[in-house]
Amino acid sequence: MNAKGKVIKYGNNVDTDVIIPARYLNTSDPAELASHCMEDLDAGFISKVKKGDVMVAGKNFGCGSSREHAPISIKASGISCVIAETFARIFYRNSINIGLPIIECPEAAIDIKDSDEVEIDFDKGSIKNLTTGKAYQGQPFPEFMQEIISADGLINYIKKTK
Amino acid sequence: MGMTMTQKILAAHAGLNSVKPGQLIKAKLDMVLGNDITSPVAIKEFDKVGLDKVFDINKIAIVPDHFTPNKDIKSAEQVKICREFSKKMGIVNFFEVGQMGVEHALLPEKGLVVPGDVVIGADSHTCTYGALGAFSTGIGSTDMAAGMATGEAWFKVPEAIKFKLKGKPRKWVGGKDVILHIIGMIGVDGALYKSMEFTGEGCRELSMDDRFTIANMAIEAGAKNGIFEVDEKTEEYVKEHSVRAYTAYKADEDAEYCSAYEIDLDTIKPTVAFPHLPENARTIDNVGDIKIHQVVIGSCTNGRIEDMRIAAEVLKGRKVHGDVRCIIIPATQKIWKQAMNEGLFDIFIDSGAAVSTPTCGPCLGGHMGILAKGERAVSTTNRNFVGRMGHPESEVYLASPAIAAASAILGKIAGPEELD
Repeated sequence: MNAKGKVIKYGNNVDTDVIIPARYLNTSDPAELASHCMEDLDAGFISKVKKGDVMVAGKNFGCGSSREHAPISIKASGISCVIAETFARIFYRNSINIGLPIIECPEAAIDIKDSDEVEIDFDKGSIKNLTTGKAYQGQPFPEFMQEIISADGLINYIKKTK
Repeated sequence: MGMTMTQKILAAHAGLNSVKPGQLIKAKLDMVLGNDITSPVAIKEFDKVGLDKVFDINKIAIVPDHFTPNKDIKSAEQVKICREFSKKMGIVNFFEVGQMGVEHALLPEKGLVVPGDVVIGADSHTCTYGALGAFSTGIGSTDMAAGMATGEAWFKVPEAIKFKLKGKPRKWVGGKDVILHIIGMIGVDGALYKSMEFTGEGCRELSMDDRFTIANMAIEAGAKNGIFEVDEKTEEYVKEHSVRAYTAYKADEDAEYCSAYEIDLDTIKPTVAFPHLPENARTIDNVGDIKIHQVVIGSCTNGRIEDMRIAAEVLKGRKVHGDVRCIIIPATQKIWKQAMNEGLFDIFIDSGAAVSTPTCGPCLGGHMGILAKGERAVSTTNRNFVGRMGHPESEVYLASPAIAAASAILGKIAGPEELD
């Protein structure tokens, strides 16, 4: 599986309250959640994001509340992958469980700039910056998590194994 | 190699003699929790599994506490999904308005978590029950759905950081000051993916309510869980609240920790976390002159009876500042009744504070105390992220009930010692 898109870049400690503010949590509809994605951090996000774009951020991405609405809203906004230096653990789990591709790669997360074009090969965990030509290798997932990802999320994995 | 408390609990629930950090395991669950925001998403996922029953009707708790009493039509619809699912599945621990409380204050009080348990909750502050010597951690809605279906969850066995506490907290210093001090020291990702294990003689000087506050905010340092050793105070609490048998786990002498800190409780001063991260900790003597518009005393962090008593001790015979709205929210019905019977409500109301029914409400900017643009609040809650309590250009300062109450009186961030 591959993704290719333009980078939208943010800093450290992007919390789930700014990814999807609680005032919109009275719904669980992905499209409605996406329409408010990143609103309190970057009000222009929704008007600029295009299908396939890649979100790049610093340390501890997705910290705070366990709301799965956060990765759901990012996925529904059209973002194809999130690359970060590190992810907060609940966000990491949630992303795998709902099938939002994420890659932990400090080098790429620091290097890659806003508006760069990048290409990602999820099977290999490799990232290529098409703007600069530089390549990066992200952390591969443990086998068990790869099984969840290839089953298209935890629920399908359970259905298969039960 | 020896094991930490967390590693021992996980090994026991995975049917293994020992586990190592980094190992992926499947553990049996003693409790699966969700609230009115996370459960509807979990229920939708659960339905996709195609099962007509949950793994154990006694081991699931659904607590609509965030936007309840329902703040609008959409929230009412979300709670309705929770209610109908709970009825259909026969879930015993569904708590309706009137019985409910803020989930992490409610579950220990109802005796639903005991030492040695493995608990997952679709709420990040599920780590609160580490105060009881249980392994408990926040997860998302899909993990909750899988937990309800299978009674199991997968975990990566965490490394641990040891916090050895010594000494005794001074007057007006409590669990909140201790944990804000620690988060200020290690940062909001200082314990990422790790356990925070609290040990040492100093723990005995902390009440159960202090320990709940400390374990509650382990997530604000990025931790997977926070956990206290079981002692006489824990045993007394469990005996009072639960009839379930339990196991107290102690870390091995040769357990490995990736780092260790010694915290002298005597030296901790009342502490405030400035916007917009809990790691922006400053001691009360370094806060400067910051005018405030609102005070919130409540939440899963500081809405327990001791918090109410401290607030009352400060507010007694004094008046809330004319420019401040002071909102007090006892976390559960039991705490509410206790506070009422102890006469604390007379003190609150005479001071000009408002008392609310239990809800998470303002903590996450839901309802019951939302901030306008440019407003500042001192709050006993757990997060001060951008927009957390309302407008993206409002500010939240995290503090103890003692500081919150004193600030309400003086109209600026202040400790009780600054009162006449």
